[in-house]
Formats: sequence, structure tokens, C-alpha cells
Amino acid sequence: MGVALVSMGGLGENLIFYWTPTEMKAAGEKAYGATVRLGGQVVEGSIERDEKSTKLSFRVGDGETQFPVDAQGMPPAMFREKIGVVIEGTLLRSGRFASNRLMVKHDNEYRAPGEEDVDTKALMKTTEGLAAP
Amino acid sequence: MSRERLALGFGLLGIALLGWGSYLGLFVAPPDRYMGDVQRIMYVHVPTAWLALVVFTLAFIYAVLFLVHRSWRWDALHEASLEIGVLFTGLLCIQGALWGKPTWGVYWAWDPRLTTVAVMLLSFTGILSLRHFLDDPLRRASWSAATTILASANVPVVYYSVRWWNSLHQLQSTPKTVNSSMVEPLRINAFGLLFLTIALIMARSWIAESRRRKAMAPPLAKESS
Repeated sequence: MGVALVSMGGLGENLIFYWTPTEMKAAGEKAYGATVRLGGQVVEGSIERDEKSTKLSFRVGDGETQFPVDAQGMPPAMFREKIGVVIEGTLLRSGRFASNRLMVKHDNEYRAPGEEDVDTKALMKTTEGLAAP
Repeated sequence: MSRERLALGFGLLGIALLGWGSYLGLFVAPPDRYMGDVQRIMYVHVPTAWLALVVFTLAFIYAVLFLVHRSWRWDALHEASLEIGVLFTGLLCIQGALWGKPTWGVYWAWDPRLTTVAVMLLSFTGILSLRHFLDDPLRRASWSAATTILASANVPVVYYSVRWWNSLHQLQSTPKTVNSSMVEPLRINAFGLLFLTIALIMARSWIAESRRRKAMAPPLAKESS
């Protein structure tokens, strides 16, 4: 039970798993320096890969605010334009977000290959955390 | 029909349905357009999650029933559902990690869903070990019932965590968000696991009852042969 109570205590800190770009902007000074998580959608047409190195840069947005992100290494195979991502890293004074870890979200839709989207906004649904019962 | 035959019937029906549902899920349903074949883990992951929550809800009900009615029957069912709930939650975390690595890129993240599931696993495992430490059957039954009621506060939080907070884990799917040929194996497996769970809870509660009887009145030398 002791372990459970300690975990319950830790839950408080984990309630904010990530900031959306708008929330990160609103956090102002608090956002700089510390290791934080940024969650949003990969902006269409923003992915740039440096073929010579393992550098990857793209922009993460929530429809309102965008942040440029610099990542290293191979992203998960699911990584693509318009997908939800959660990035662990640091916001630099330059306004760029330096990623230490890139995680890819997948939404609650399961479709066969070639099947049409029923709701094209479905990808955003998960990043907004909105209930869609 | 004897209760043993009934439990055996539920168990066999459950296993047959799980076999059928898994066959459809692995060989008939299409792969997910983005995730590919790894998405097929959904056909066991989602039923495991549902049943883990159902079984811990049962544990809560049995705990309350024991405290109200003071009958050993409820304590035996309480013990059975605690153990099966912990088993399912352990399996759930393993399945989730296997699905998480190729899709999210990580086995584990401390997001609200995974954190509340970890709390659920640890708290109910703690209650099981509490039961092992208490030798007096009445104290074991009452104390573990009280702690189960306490730990049950987290069970609905697990379910709603993905709606209340930003998380890496996706929201609950609905039949609208799932291709219709994927819904069928999911439903069959869910019913299969439900029937198997009923059989497991029945059988495990009989073991608990017979252990308690032996502990309270150990068989005499002549009887044990």
C-alpha cells in the first residue's frame, strides 16, 4: 500500500503530461530551460531531413501556435505529416524546441488500407484530449 | 448441473470464442492502414483492459458485500477477483508495451493512462500481499476489503484518464472509429475473455474457500490419508 500511496502522490505531477504549443507559449519564462513535453500535430510540409546527418526538423502546431522542433536519430516508423506527436526536450531561447525523445501518438481509429477517412479531424481529436464518445 | 460442470462449460466456451476471435483478428481482418499488422494486438489488448476493469469492479462489490454480510463466500470471491484482476493488469501492461514500442516509439511513458494503470496494478498487488501477511482469516478478510474499497477509487480514473487529461494513449474507440470487419473479432474475443473470466473467478474462489476451511480446521491424521 505504501508504494501505491507514493505513486498516487506522483500522479499529481503527471497530470500535465504535455503542453500544447499554445500552452507552452502561455507558460512564458517557465517553459525555458527545464525538460518539458510538447504535444501537437506535425505541420503539413514542415518535415525536413538532413540526408548527410541524422538531423530531423519539423514544426509542431495545434491550429493556433507552432514551434519549430529539432530532433536527432530515426523517428518511430509511424512518424509523418499531420500525425500527433509528444516530444520530450527543452525550449531554447532561440524559440526552437530541442527534442531528446520523440513519441508518436496514434488515434482511436482503425482502418483498412485505402479506406477513406470518416472524420479528417480525427487526428487532432487525440491531441486535444477531447471526449468523443 | 453441478457448479464444476458449469465453470468448465464457461471456461471451454471462453477458450473457443477466444480461438475464433483471434483467428478472425489475425487472418481475416485487414491490417491497420498506418500501423500494419502490429495493430492486431488490439484484439487481445482491449478485451484484457475491459475485463481488468470489470474484475476490479467485482472485487469492490465483493469487498462491500463481505463487510455488510460477513460471509466467507464473499471473501473467497473477493480474493479470486483480486488475483485475476492483477493477472489481467500485468498482461495488459506487457501487451501495451509490445504495442507501444513500434507505434509510439517507447515501451512505457508516464502519461495519465499508463500512470493510473501502474497505480492500479501496484495497489491491488499490495492488497494481495497484505492478505498473505495476515494469518487471522477475519482480519485478513476485513482489512483487505477495506483497502480494496480504497484502491477502487482509482479504477474509474483509469477509464476516464484519456478523456480528462492530455495523454500519449489514445481515446477509447467506438464502433464508428473502427473498421467494421475489425469490430467482430474484437467483440468475440471480449465475450470469450468474459466467459473465461467467469470460470476463473468461480474456480479460484473454491480454492480460496477450501484453503480457509483447511486453515481453520486442519484435517485430522486419519482424514488426511
